[in-house]
Amino acid sequence: MSFVTGLECRECGQEYPKEPLHVCETCFGPLEIVYDYDRIRKAISREKILSRAKNLWRYRELLPIDGEPQAGLYSGFTPLIRAHRLGAALGVKELYLKDDSVNHPTFSYKDRVVSVAISKAIEFGFDTVSCASTGNLANAVAAHAAKAGLACYVFIPDGLEQGKIIGSAIYGPRTISIKGNYDDVNRLCSEIADKYGWAFVNVNLRPYYAEGAKTHGFEIAEQLGWKLPRHIVVASAGGTILPKLAKAFKEFKRVGLVEDGECKIYAAQATGCAPMIQALKKGTDLISPVKPNTIASSIAIGNPADGYYVLQAVRESGGGGESVTDEEILDAIKLLARTEGIFTEPAGGTEVAVTKKLVQQGKIPRDESIVISITGNGYKTLEVVAETVEKPFSIHASLKSFDELYLQLTQPSPEEALASEG
Amino acid sequence: MKVQVRVPTPLRKFTNGADEVNAQGNNVRALVEDLDRNFPGIKERICDETGKIRRFVNVYVNGDDIRFLQNLETALKEGDNISIVPAIAGGV
Repeated sequence: MSFVTGLECRECGQEYPKEPLHVCETCFGPLEIVYDYDRIRKAISREKILSRAKNLWRYRELLPIDGEPQAGLYSGFTPLIRAHRLGAALGVKELYLKDDSVNHPTFSYKDRVVSVAISKAIEFGFDTVSCASTGNLANAVAAHAAKAGLACYVFIPDGLEQGKIIGSAIYGPRTISIKGNYDDVNRLCSEIADKYGWAFVNVNLRPYYAEGAKTHGFEIAEQLGWKLPRHIVVASAGGTILPKLAKAFKEFKRVGLVEDGECKIYAAQATGCAPMIQALKKGTDLISPVKPNTIASSIAIGNPADGYYVLQAVRESGGGGESVTDEEILDAIKLLARTEGIFTEPAGGTEVAVTKKLVQQGKIPRDESIVISITGNGYKTLEVVAETVEKPFSIHASLKSFDELYLQLTQPSPEEALASEG
Repeated sequence: MKVQVRVPTPLRKFTNGADEVNAQGNNVRALVEDLDRNFPGIKERICDETGKIRRFVNVYVNGDDIRFLQNLETALKEGDNISIVPAIAGGV
């Protein structure tokens, strides 16, 4: 049973039927799913959700499928972790991590959007799926396509980390690497999507795909005991997840699953690619595209398609945003690993570093609940941190060798020795 | 200046289904005017009421986004390839 009544242009309001369409023919504005919330309110309840399996489909009334879920039956419902040690390091009282670095099966928030997109592709009768990706999306599309038995083409910019390239190739798609950055991939893919009759998850299936990102927000509210956090920090690239978190929180209020409550939303970007933070700080609606230059490849999108809606959602929530340097990102990856035992990729490092900065600036109060979205996994991007971590000590297999090494490792450094003398 | 323009699906009803058309103009602004002469109504879809390119429309000259060039004043030369492309999402 579906609660979707159709599609509607976010810009001019023109209505469209439920089809694989993504842009308004009149104004090129993005199309958005329209739900019958009155019916959903009657059909959904906390008890009903709690009785279902722990995956993202437990909120299916608020997702745009007509039949049974066809993909992602183990995706979503990632841990929400109370982060005492990172909280202490940042000097905040109530900190949580929404850990999509362990999403099933490809370790990023993209498993959510792709579960919905692949289900929808099957409903529409497509036999080939595709995407334009900075890496994580390609991994998710390739894996879910393999499970569903669909043909798959993924398009990525050249120069991606090995983990992201092999992390797609292993599932057997055709991977096409484009000479250029993500924005070049994006442009080509919109032309390819136009010409070939494939389900491009983030082109012609975008309205359906993007709805999957709401489940990240639904889960946070459920896991906090059917409450919204006061603050949430999330990375912004093309602009899918942030406005969908805002939508998720609004919908949960609208259908009566959470009481009233306000959550301020903050966008996190890398200084080397921060078109939205620049626009936020300038107080403008116009996003000037930039040429990305950052180690955070998964958020290196200089021309964000939904950037306007990121600005809108951030401002409406009373939140904000900040950007951080590559050095701050690397430090934050290590800080998260060494306080909470979670290894995230540079996008996650950006989210942690931006939270730290916003707390230091006094923009996020220290005594209110804060959630940091951890959107991806560090095991895919080993090369960005490889040179910054300690190398293994190589010794012979003898106790004497280890005794010598241990003495060396536990001896006070010259500075420490000097300090204790003084 | 004669140039080639790639037309996205939502605009093909103006071009009788053609995915590529020829057009003329010394710069992008003149090109859009020329397109509108041959395919009346198409300009309104590409530009907003103030004449600026709509927020969700990207225009590329030989693969380069005109916002990195001189926007509507970007000069064109014989044989340039123009693409009109709706914005699409991704990343993270």
